[in-house]
Amino acid sequence: MDAKVIKPEAEGRDDNALKIVGTSPVRPDGVPKVTGLARYGADFALPGMLWGAILRSPHAHARIRAIDTSKAGSLTGVKAVITSADFPEQKYEFVGPERVAINFWHMTRNVMAREKVLYEGHAVAAVAATSKAIAEAALRLIEVDYEPLPHVIDVDAAMQPDAPLLFEDMITRGVEPPPKNASNISKRTELNLGDVDAGFAAADEIVEMSFKTAPVHQGYIEPHACLARFDAKGQGEIWAASQGHFVVRAFTARLLNMNIGDVLVHPAEIGGGFGGKTVIYVEPLAAALSRKCGHPVKIMMSREDVFKSTGPTSGSSMTVKIGARKDGTLVAADGLFKFQAGAFPGSPVMNATMCGFAPYNIPNVRSVGYDVVCNRPKSAAYRAPGSPISAFAVESVMDALAAKLGMDPLKFRLMNACKTGTPTAWGPKHAHDGYAETVKALLAHPAYAAPLGKNQGRGFASGFWFNNGGESSATVHVNEDGTVVVATGSMDIGGSRASMAIMAAETLGIAYDDVRAIVADTASIGYTHVTGGSRVTFATGIAVVEACRKVIAELCARAAMIWKLEPGEVIWENGCARPADAAAGKLEPMPLKAIAAKRALTGGPIGAEASVNAGGAAPGFATELCDVEVDPETGGVKILRFIVAQDVGRAIHRSYVEGQMEGGAVQGIGWALNEEYIYDDAGRLLNAGFLDYRIPVASDLPMIETVLVEVPNPNHPYGAKGVGEVNIVPAMAAVANAINNAIGRRLTELPMSPPKVLAAIHSGQK
Amino acid sequence: MSKHHVTTTLNGNAVEFLCETQQTLLEVLRDELHHTGTKEGCATGDCGACSVTLDGRLVCSCLVLGVEAQGKSIQTIEGMAEGTSLHPLQRKFLEHAALQCGVCTPGILIAARALLERNPDPSEEEVRFWLAGNLCRCTGYNKIIDAVLDAAHEMRGG
Amino acid sequence: MSEIRYESPKTLKAAVALLAGASGQARVLAGGTDLLIQMRAGRVSPGLLVDVKGIAEMTAIVAEKGGFRFGAAATCMELVEHAAFAQAWPGVTDAVKLIGSVQVKGRASVGGNLCNASPAADSVPALIAAGALARIVGPRGKRDVNVEDIPTGPGKTSLAEGELVASFFLPRRPARSGDAYLRFTPRTEMDIAVVGAGVNLTLDAKGVCKQARVSLGAVAERALLVPEAAAALIGSKVDEAALQRLAAAVSAACRPIADKRGTIEFRIEVAGVLARRAAGIALERARGNS
Repeated sequence: MDAKVIKPEAEGRDDNALKIVGTSPVRPDGVPKVTGLARYGADFALPGMLWGAILRSPHAHARIRAIDTSKAGSLTGVKAVITSADFPEQKYEFVGPERVAINFWHMTRNVMAREKVLYEGHAVAAVAATSKAIAEAALRLIEVDYEPLPHVIDVDAAMQPDAPLLFEDMITRGVEPPPKNASNISKRTELNLGDVDAGFAAADEIVEMSFKTAPVHQGYIEPHACLARFDAKGQGEIWAASQGHFVVRAFTARLLNMNIGDVLVHPAEIGGGFGGKTVIYVEPLAAALSRKCGHPVKIMMSREDVFKSTGPTSGSSMTVKIGARKDGTLVAADGLFKFQAGAFPGSPVMNATMCGFAPYNIPNVRSVGYDVVCNRPKSAAYRAPGSPISAFAVESVMDALAAKLGMDPLKFRLMNACKTGTPTAWGPKHAHDGYAETVKALLAHPAYAAPLGKNQGRGFASGFWFNNGGESSATVHVNEDGTVVVATGSMDIGGSRASMAIMAAETLGIAYDDVRAIVADTASIGYTHVTGGSRVTFATGIAVVEACRKVIAELCARAAMIWKLEPGEVIWENGCARPADAAAGKLEPMPLKAIAAKRALTGGPIGAEASVNAGGAAPGFATELCDVEVDPETGGVKILRFIVAQDVGRAIHRSYVEGQMEGGAVQGIGWALNEEYIYDDAGRLLNAGFLDYRIPVASDLPMIETVLVEVPNPNHPYGAKGVGEVNIVPAMAAVANAINNAIGRRLTELPMSPPKVLAAIHSGQK
Repeated sequence: MSKHHVTTTLNGNAVEFLCETQQTLLEVLRDELHHTGTKEGCATGDCGACSVTLDGRLVCSCLVLGVEAQGKSIQTIEGMAEGTSLHPLQRKFLEHAALQCGVCTPGILIAARALLERNPDPSEEEVRFWLAGNLCRCTGYNKIIDAVLDAAHEMRGG
Repeated sequence: MSEIRYESPKTLKAAVALLAGASGQARVLAGGTDLLIQMRAGRVSPGLLVDVKGIAEMTAIVAEKGGFRFGAAATCMELVEHAAFAQAWPGVTDAVKLIGSVQVKGRASVGGNLCNASPAADSVPALIAAGALARIVGPRGKRDVNVEDIPTGPGKTSLAEGELVASFFLPRRPARSGDAYLRFTPRTEMDIAVVGAGVNLTLDAKGVCKQARVSLGAVAERALLVPEAAAALIGSKVDEAALQRLAAAVSAACRPIADKRGTIEFRIEVAGVLARRAAGIALERARGNS
């Protein structure tokens, strides 16, 4: 299906001047991935390699009285057994930016339980043995003396004063004066803009509703896996599938009390992450086992482990109230967002409080968030973490408010759309346009007014995501034959090597196939932050372009040397050096290959590095249309049509931009309709597998349609904005609004599974 | 304990291996025969990442015991290209950007080939239902379906 | 680690001897699509696996007395690809098509689907509605049993020690007959039935239903044959009133549990809906089959 591209403004760079940016060449890592030769986390082996296995808690909450590993340790073939005693204690402090603060005291307890197990599946010990079967047998010989404790799963229950406490001394942060009693509430945050009470007083129509959402897992197809080789002197290597090998290095070194420089992490190909592989689980365990016995150790999670022990995103309980004047002007918004953090603090609730109302120009906003621990796996990032959850609530209320006002839901959004200069609830003003353009794209789409049949409905919703910049490194080296190698520190999770090669080829003025992009290990390139926050094409792309520009300067200098001109007298154009001034004489432009051939005579190899801390990332906006058909007798919902209109800045690799939009929409559809964590009364997960954790299959879906809205980001050499995440943000509300349109009942709990839809239909009949 | 001595054919080549009864064909392929192109996504037959064909029949190798491969012919992703010449499905997957992370890709290619061998001219719906056993979390399936339909078209001489 | 013995007998007699002579837990290995998962999860730990796929009569699909006999270990894909079988028994074929992915159907067998004794097994209500007979072979010879008499509860069957299901027989059926099976799942594929309903009916020359069998899955501890539901159809033209009576009888027969796949109320209500819809499809097929 051909994607539409809409370019709302003609200003800025002339697109016609771009030769490669915006095309869809084959990715450099493509052939190994279609022939089975690409190596993912579980695909590495070393001589003498052992198999690691992890013993996990059968309890949702229990005190560990004692662990006896002696029988396991003496089983033939077992080479090492570790528990939390093998990891040093960490200082209790939150470090890093507030939105994504890390506490290593928590992290070391999450990778290996200490005083207590806090969720079913929590790691309590690990072994390394000469075969998988021996390692599994050894786990059965480890004796753990548990004192089971009462547990709490639901966020509202966890906030009750009499709820079982995960941490008996945790005092809520962000409340002044601090509460006297401990609770499961890790933190309270509040954003304020204007005067929300005065705003509601001026409103003609107000809609207030409460919502609940279930935790959902990222659902990457590759379970976590790694291979570690550490020697007695404490140096080592890890081959891991992660979204950031520098982060794997830093976290593992910290948890093992090692110097960062003593740990080398090789980037394996990664089989999906969506945020869930920005944190570590198996890596420090494999490293500790290897360090203890001197042999390489490989650990692969099972799918059950992945569901029980790695981070889904938060479930939530929310109340949102929005007021508008009769003419549709928004005057006030109030949101209460309570998020499950899982067993340790750190839900994305702050993001939720910020993103929910961000698409709109609302003069008076209050947005309150609670970060609440409960006996579930610790939440991890998932595609625009936090934003899809609050968007489900806000966009459902917006839909209801539009109906109450008698307004078209898209036109209502458009008249209140944020633009450059609109204040945000968290302080700074919006610095980029792009939102209104996504709404206009759908208003202009034939699907907007297409007729609907019986039991069918149409819904719209919008979303915002910050998109990140940050630290990235790249090197660009000119090979002897004039081809170019681009290396970056960004794990390639969905085709970024292709977009790096595109930007390098465009900048250098050479053919795409003359550029090869790779991901370098942690010893071969400068620090680069995770592949997350939709930052790679933007930030790492800037590093690549800067390195290319340095290489161009060097190429010009070499050409000047050959021509016996001053360096400033040579410029770079269409992949060739040429004299800046015709007065220099009739000199034929000198192509890159020719300069490379003479490199030895002009000073040796040609290459450059660039490391950046990129600011100026532009946010992502998306607006989506969903058509559904509801089976009135079963509550089954079929997605008939789904359109994503997203501001992509400028698409660098067209097909992979479309792919991000299509994939994000489908993850959102799964979240909307069927995905959830189901627990029994004992706090044990009942659906820890792909059979009953129902991610969408091919036959569930129509072709997802994409509209690429291109409002270029002036802070990127090619106008790129992050495109990976915002596409998931509106999806659940779009589906909910479509169901509401079809059956006349509003679903306020996710997932909107058939029993809930059928019950809603019946509630309308009574 | 004594292991089973299994003689089989892997991608047209005679192969022998030793395995314990409980070892799955997936484990044998990856851990004993070092053919890691076949992936483990779930080990319960729910994701299709480990798809191979056994005597031409599409199966999940995680649901087959290694010992059951005795005398059979196994085809894996490593045998899909003919030398340096990619199968049309492999080429179309690259051209259509039908993979993002690529970990589901080997299984999907094997499954798609099995479909086109039976049905050279499938509809979009037939492709979607045939591939329902192959989960992909990255792409939303659009480009996979496009690539399979395009490969089928090319293979029919279109 | 306990050693697991693996045997691949070539005759039913040898298979029965192995099962009967086993000292520990012995399991029949057909497709293995349930058994391997249960072994991996530690839910079963057999000491002996008897792979029955090398036994000719357990994998063959043959015509017999105008009907069909198919081996209990024949793969689901072989069954759904068998054109004559699919034409004769479209409802059974629909049900077999729903057992897992193409990959799973490439291994899974109807015998395994029955003997795994999940209340939600898709092929079982369709076979019960079809009036299928299972041939059981054991140390004391062979016997033919109605399929509905085999599962007794989740994971439990009426098979005696050392017995196995060797094949199924679907009798020739009269003209103007049709069968259908529908299930409800949240996804279109790769799911376990929340509710399943199989209907098999025969019309007389005037279009009046003279025979019917209705069976339900996932609404009790085992698949149910519901004569009251069949009675709602027999003697009618399978008109709207009869279908409503059918739905009511079906819902009345349900005694489901609430679990991760569905609630009690949902299952009871949707069972009636599906039975009604399946009867409609069976009716169309019967009318086109004169």
